Amino acid sequence: MQIEEKEAVQVEELEQIAKQVRRDVVRMVHGCQSGHPGGSLGCTDFLVALYFRIMNHNKEFSMDAVGEDLFFLSNGHISPVWYSVLARAGYFDVSELKTFRKLNSRLQGHPTTHEGLPGVRIASGSLGQGLSVAIGAALSKKLNGDNSLVFTLHGDGELQEGQIWEAAMFAPHHKVDNLISTIDVNGQQIDGPTDKVMSLGNLRAKWEAFGWDVLEMNGNNFEDVIRGLELAKSRAFQGKPIMILMQTNMGHGVDFMMGSHKWHGVAPNDAQLEQALAQLTCNMQDY
Amino acid sequence: MGQVSKEIIYMKKYTYTESKDTRSGFGAGLLEVGRKNENVVALCADLVGSLKMADFIKEFPERFFQVGIAEANMMGIAAGMTIGGKIPYTGTFANFSTGRVYDQIRQSIAYSDKNVKICASHAGLTLGEDGATHQILEDIGMMKMLPGMTVINPCDYNQTKAATIAIADHHGPVYLRFGRPVIPVFTPADQEFVIGKAWMVNEGTDVSIFATGHLVWEAIKAGEKLAEMGISAEIINIHTIKPLDEEAVLASVAKTGCVVSAEEHNRLGGLGDSIAQLLVKHNPVPMEYVAVNDTFGESGTPEQLMKKYGLDDEHIIKAVQAVMERKKVLVG
Repeated sequence: MQIEEKEAVQVEELEQIAKQVRRDVVRMVHGCQSGHPGGSLGCTDFLVALYFRIMNHNKEFSMDAVGEDLFFLSNGHISPVWYSVLARAGYFDVSELKTFRKLNSRLQGHPTTHEGLPGVRIASGSLGQGLSVAIGAALSKKLNGDNSLVFTLHGDGELQEGQIWEAAMFAPHHKVDNLISTIDVNGQQIDGPTDKVMSLGNLRAKWEAFGWDVLEMNGNNFEDVIRGLELAKSRAFQGKPIMILMQTNMGHGVDFMMGSHKWHGVAPNDAQLEQALAQLTCNMQDY
Repeated sequence: MGQVSKEIIYMKKYTYTESKDTRSGFGAGLLEVGRKNENVVALCADLVGSLKMADFIKEFPERFFQVGIAEANMMGIAAGMTIGGKIPYTGTFANFSTGRVYDQIRQSIAYSDKNVKICASHAGLTLGEDGATHQILEDIGMMKMLPGMTVINPCDYNQTKAATIAIADHHGPVYLRFGRPVIPVFTPADQEFVIGKAWMVNEGTDVSIFATGHLVWEAIKAGEKLAEMGISAEIINIHTIKPLDEEAVLASVAKTGCVVSAEEHNRLGGLGDSIAQLLVKHNPVPMEYVAVNDTFGESGTPEQLMKKYGLDDEHIIKAVQAVMERKKVLVG
């Protein structure tokens, strides 16, 4: 499907969208008193940049999406931010965000195709599976002569899953160079800092040793996110898969949630919600 | 009793002239379906020779993906390849096709409703000398418990080939289970294969034998001996364990009033349990299982193992005698 060329959304506008998405995230998690705000807030800028500036995609959802860039969320627990970005990008009505994690909702705790939510192409939540799936989709594109890209996002804790390294070995061997993966390096996981739970070591050296083209960017700075993703796009189709190590703050944008694993999977209470929303004023409308 | 009925003559039709392994049926089917449907792609985790995939790879090298010894990755890649319209066939041993990758199949394939064909060779005891680490006897149970999964266990070369071709036209995840040993080819090459539609091997009136996979031939052998003993056994091949052909099972049981199930699988969670669940609700009758009795296998030749673990024609005959005795007690 051919997608119209649009004028690039400027950083000021992206900042406003990101604030609204962060409002959505804390309200969604507060609304059902469950979910994962920390990683969602940390990855908000990345996902906003991806859907509003970087990817060539169509909000009229089709599963096969030939000719479109695809995105796979491997760390499915940060579903709040993805749902908000999908809704704000027009995949479904923003009013549906209020159903998050509630009975009979398409917005399941972890993303799924099972309820037919537009924008989701695979279930994720059990960690470590998304890179393999994205590689498959990228191979399918190559077989179809489709020169669009496949993007992924993974948590850094997720790299402790063995399947990630099976996929890491496969992609360079098979020259899957239409794949741009990103790791959210926030250094936190449920039980504490990654360095304490299970050290990840030198991630750049590891991915380079596996044969990936490794880039780095600051995931909480729009200029740098756009620079990093544009650079990655320019280096696609050169024989190597691309891995972006993206530094973020867990909980970014809400001061009392920032930088701690404690907000990985905890919902704010009423007072904390008010406190968070007061830090996230913008010119858009809440759902 | 004791008279030779027309059903026995009917059964002679299945006297075989050649023997082949079911995995070669898969290899031949894969090549043919690859020619028919350009969206068919194949993946393998370092077992190309065992899975008989060489002909497909030779003809369609660009549609084959060697994954190495990384089955979890293979399942994920297969799930991803369906996005864009490919129909991936994954190939490895049954053990590594199921237990090793259960969560990948559950989340990325079954729950995500992906059109992946999980093709599993060397299932069950007949894998033989490699021993229990490789002899999976729980795979049918694991796969049939996944919502939306179709589970097929064909009985010979021709049926495996036909099933391999047929599953490409079915949208949704499929578990196709076959094996290593060379066994008689007794189904007609032109037999129509319809997913979920049981195949009447031999009509009978005294007992229903529902058999799947390698046990179908054992059931046929048992049926011939039973006929000589004056017992008219109805033999039905349940190649599709899920969805189960409930109509065929209930119609047969209504006629015979007792049941033997036969499968190369743990008695827990296999074909027998599917039939028992159906009968408990609609027509509870005496039933005996011919299956592995909740144990692991061991090294040995396929024939030795089938005998030791109670999966040959003699054990089917014993089960028939036992179940008919129970029926007699009930009926009076």
